[in-house]
Amino acid sequence: MKTALPLTEALLYLNGVTVSFDGFKALNDLSLVVDEGELRTIIGPNGAGKTTMMDVVTGKTRPQSGEVFFRGAADLSRLDEAEIANLGIGRKFQRPTVFENLTVFENLELSLADSRSTWRTLFAHLTPARRDRVAATLARIGLTEQSGQPAGSLSHGQKQWLEIGMLLIHDRTLLLLDEPVAGMTDHETEETAELILDLAKDRTIVVVEHDMAFVRSLGARVTVLHEGAVLAEGSVDHVQNHPRVIEVYLGR
Amino acid sequence: MIQLPRFAGLSLLLLATSVSATADDFAALVGNLAGDSFAEKEKAVIALGELGDPRAVPVLQALSDGRLFKSADGHVVISVTNGGTTRVRDAVTGDDIAGVDPDNFGRIIVNNRLRGAIEGALGALTLFSTDPAARLSAAQHALRHSSAAEAALLEKAIAAEKDPEIRAAMQQSLAAARLVSGSKEERLAAVRALGTTTDPQIRNLLDEFRAAPDTDPELQKAADAALASIGDRLRFVGIAANLFQGISLGSVLLLAAIGLAITFGVMGIINMAHGEMIMLGAYTAYVCQQLFRAFLPGDWIDAYLLVSVPVAFLFAGAVGVLLERSVIRFLYGRPLETLLATWGVSLILQQAVRSIFGSPNKEVSNPSWMTGGFDPIGGFTVTWNRLYIIVFCFIVLGVLALILNRTSFGLHMRAVTQNRAMASVMGIRTARVDALTFGLGSGIAGMAGVALSQVGNVSPNLGTIYIVDSFLVVVFGGVGNLMGTLVGALSLGIVNKFLEPVAGAILGKIVVLVAIILFIQRRPRGLFALKGRTAEAEV
Amino acid sequence: MPVFPGRRHKNAWSPGFWAGFAACGTLLLLAVPTLNFWVPPDAPAALPDYVVPLLGKYLCYGLLALSLDLVWGYAGILSLGHGAFFALGGYCMGMYLMRQIGTRGVYGNPLLPDFMVFLNWKELPWFWWGFDHFAYAAAMMMLVPGLLALVFGWLAFRSRVTGVYLSIITQAMTYALMLAFFRNDMGFGGNNGMTDYKDILGWDVHQPSTRLGLYIASALALGLGYLSCRYITASKLGRVLLALRDAESRVRFLGYSVTNAKLFVFTVSAVLAGLAGALYVPQVGIINPSEFSPGNSIEIAIWVSVGGRGTLIGAIVGAVLVNLAKTWLTGAAPETWLFVLGALFVLTTLVFPRGIVGLLQRPSRFRVRAPAPVPAGEQA
Repeated sequence: MKTALPLTEALLYLNGVTVSFDGFKALNDLSLVVDEGELRTIIGPNGAGKTTMMDVVTGKTRPQSGEVFFRGAADLSRLDEAEIANLGIGRKFQRPTVFENLTVFENLELSLADSRSTWRTLFAHLTPARRDRVAATLARIGLTEQSGQPAGSLSHGQKQWLEIGMLLIHDRTLLLLDEPVAGMTDHETEETAELILDLAKDRTIVVVEHDMAFVRSLGARVTVLHEGAVLAEGSVDHVQNHPRVIEVYLGR
Repeated sequence: MIQLPRFAGLSLLLLATSVSATADDFAALVGNLAGDSFAEKEKAVIALGELGDPRAVPVLQALSDGRLFKSADGHVVISVTNGGTTRVRDAVTGDDIAGVDPDNFGRIIVNNRLRGAIEGALGALTLFSTDPAARLSAAQHALRHSSAAEAALLEKAIAAEKDPEIRAAMQQSLAAARLVSGSKEERLAAVRALGTTTDPQIRNLLDEFRAAPDTDPELQKAADAALASIGDRLRFVGIAANLFQGISLGSVLLLAAIGLAITFGVMGIINMAHGEMIMLGAYTAYVCQQLFRAFLPGDWIDAYLLVSVPVAFLFAGAVGVLLERSVIRFLYGRPLETLLATWGVSLILQQAVRSIFGSPNKEVSNPSWMTGGFDPIGGFTVTWNRLYIIVFCFIVLGVLALILNRTSFGLHMRAVTQNRAMASVMGIRTARVDALTFGLGSGIAGMAGVALSQVGNVSPNLGTIYIVDSFLVVVFGGVGNLMGTLVGALSLGIVNKFLEPVAGAILGKIVVLVAIILFIQRRPRGLFALKGRTAEAEV
Repeated sequence: MPVFPGRRHKNAWSPGFWAGFAACGTLLLLAVPTLNFWVPPDAPAALPDYVVPLLGKYLCYGLLALSLDLVWGYAGILSLGHGAFFALGGYCMGMYLMRQIGTRGVYGNPLLPDFMVFLNWKELPWFWWGFDHFAYAAAMMMLVPGLLALVFGWLAFRSRVTGVYLSIITQAMTYALMLAFFRNDMGFGGNNGMTDYKDILGWDVHQPSTRLGLYIASALALGLGYLSCRYITASKLGRVLLALRDAESRVRFLGYSVTNAKLFVFTVSAVLAGLAGALYVPQVGIINPSEFSPGNSIEIAIWVSVGGRGTLIGAIVGAVLVNLAKTWLTGAAPETWLFVLGALFVLTTLVFPRGIVGLLQRPSRFRVRAPAPVPAGEQA
């Protein structure tokens, strides 16, 4: 591995990233920087490239050009999904994908930062330390009571929190949350905002969202994407009053 | 007009004299058979052969069998044993002679050389037989007994021969005969003539001729060229034969698999009872045949096949619709459950047929217009039944493509496949489309069964023979795709047939199976993958 | 449509479990031999000699069904080729038994089995080497199916072949093996298979005491197999398997090697099936290529379905019940057996998907609705 000086201090560094599918440019020379410990919100109309950007960062899609670096050293465009996951980057998908037939507890147990080798899992014991960790995470996401229930019986919002919990428990440094409050009730949305703010205290979080009220309640720096590139960046107010943003959102 | 009687009389006289002349010759020669020395007998035998009189055949046959006897006064008789009784016949006239004791006669003995001469003579005689089959076999027989005398006889026979096929056989034998006799030019011509054959026997002859130590180098070169050309032809014929067989097998596989391609590909249903739909179609053909035989006049029998095709389609289709409505409908989206449930149905159908018709194979005969075949390039036979099946298969494929792409039903089918919810919202009766689609697939399987009854056995196990192959075709060719099924079936059929002579039928099949297993690793969705209900969803 | 939760052991090794296990063990290991061996033959409760190998056969089928439930009920791999592993184990035992015949065969050849003498073979093929030693044969009975599973599974799982495609190629695998073993020149007895065994480990195969011994061995194998499967499914790996049965990509995303997990259980399952086959052969007295037939493998799936998929014990129950029915019906009304079997297939999939044990389990246990419509790829 290279031991060169880190390119940048930033946690996540995207520079001139282009992704094209059969001629259609999903990402068009996108440049974005997220610092360590930051909470960032990304908004943009549909097709702006938000999900593709996440795909690139997590290794699901390879960019045709541009640089993608984590902690200035790890070239994300060269690693596969599992390797990137093991670096500490966690992603929560739009649709909750918890394991419906396992209990809430078991879902979290599987996400523990343990050995993933098949052999080890055969002989893994649930030590008190591990048990405590799961319990702590359950408390953090507010699902302690539902610990023994099958995940499939949770409400939509609760499933989303469980999924966040699964990312949490594995000690991810960088969390990418793709539309975390989609389909939630107002109450659940509020609780999610609280949860995210709480989590942001000790890790870096990037949230992609549509719900402007939610974005406002997060109060974080906002990046606006449009047609695969950054249109504007700044506080919520700055972005909401930006003429180009208004034009794009309200149409020409 | 008045001339006629005189002319007739003259010719009759001539005929009589010639007949009597030959009759005299014949009798004399037969008498010579009773001679003392082998040389005398041999001359007589050869002469009888050259005479061309068919009456000599039983005599020579008897001589060869040791049933020719001579009496003390020089009469030659044949002993004929039928069942338990032995009768004695006059060798010349053929009349029975009663009241004689064969023990009073002395057997006319033969030696090996004489036997050879007898065989040659007999062969020569049948060249002139009135029965075309006998002439043909005589001509082919002459191939193995090339000699100068043989050559002369063949020339005479060729001159008199009207049938082109037999004449060609005779000419070949003549050429083979000329190989060993005749002038150098004649031999050269013979070698060249023989170079156009595909008969392995002649190739052996040429091999021997070529290997003979005292052969002229020019002749050897000509023989080499002829052998090379024969080799090429044989290879070409081999490839053509394999190709035809392969396409034939491929068309059978295609017919069997195409119904499955629809139900599996378009609807995502694993129908393990598909083979039984084929089986039902085959039995429909059998039943039609029996009904025709029982109730309709004899010359209508050939039409039974034309009737069984639509009947089988409707019957198998109806069974298919019934199956869909009663079982499969409840298992949509659960392909593995469908697999198991339809396997159960297949067991039930098989046992039902077994109970009604019994286990043994049922005989279904080809109508007369499908029997026999022809030989397009010399060397292998294109049978009519296989040819018709190939044509039938492509017609079915064409009609199906038409239905899928040009009819509104086809449109509905495709719509329901791609997006059921939307299709339903647009007013398409999805349940009905499902049932009809399944019925269509099963109906085609029924027609496939009718076709299969013409080339194979009809038994309750017919389905099990084709089910694995059908699935492999569909999986290999790509699910949900007519083109894929076509390519898959034909390539599997051809590969199978080309492997057979190399590896044997069973090992060939094993190789194909293993190859497909490996192929699926590379391209899990088959050759021409298509998105549809069976496409895997991404998380 | 309810997705099977898999019998989830709150505490897999509770006293309740051990009590039940001990009870079954006592029944199988004590009651049966007592009733056969020590109770005099004319007593009403006596177990006739011919029943013992029949029971042993059922136990072997139980082990076979167990092996399929491990991969199907827990990992979602519907292998329709498990009959091949069973048959391969059986053939290994068969080869050992053939070597034991020695000079007592029809042709009296000390080295070559009868069918080889009949084919005019002069020497034993290389792959028969070592099968005169029981230890070697015992190792091969498990290694050969295991190896096949390893190779086949690696090829299949690595390429992410799942669902129906996987089932179809397992059928193709067993079909190819069937064709191969039917060939006379393969050296395995061809279409006649191998039979006429004389003794095993020195004991006469036909003696009641030997049969009892084989029965006991089968019961022990079943017990051990069951415990192993229970251990696997109760471990963390078991939960990984359940997870990947429902959402394979998600598990991969979590960092687990789905291929390795599947490969592991598939291989273990094949070894268990091979063991079952090996114990089966001396009790039925013959092994022939029809054991490889695709239909046989599909039937195993029905045993598991009838009993209750994903419950382990259900597989054993299903295997025993279905085969009891088969023995009874093929004797009493042979033409009806296939109708019954076919009906079983249809009914268990349509009406009783949870099987017998599944029905007996408290239905309050999560009945989860799977998201509809389910694509053909993932769901089992």
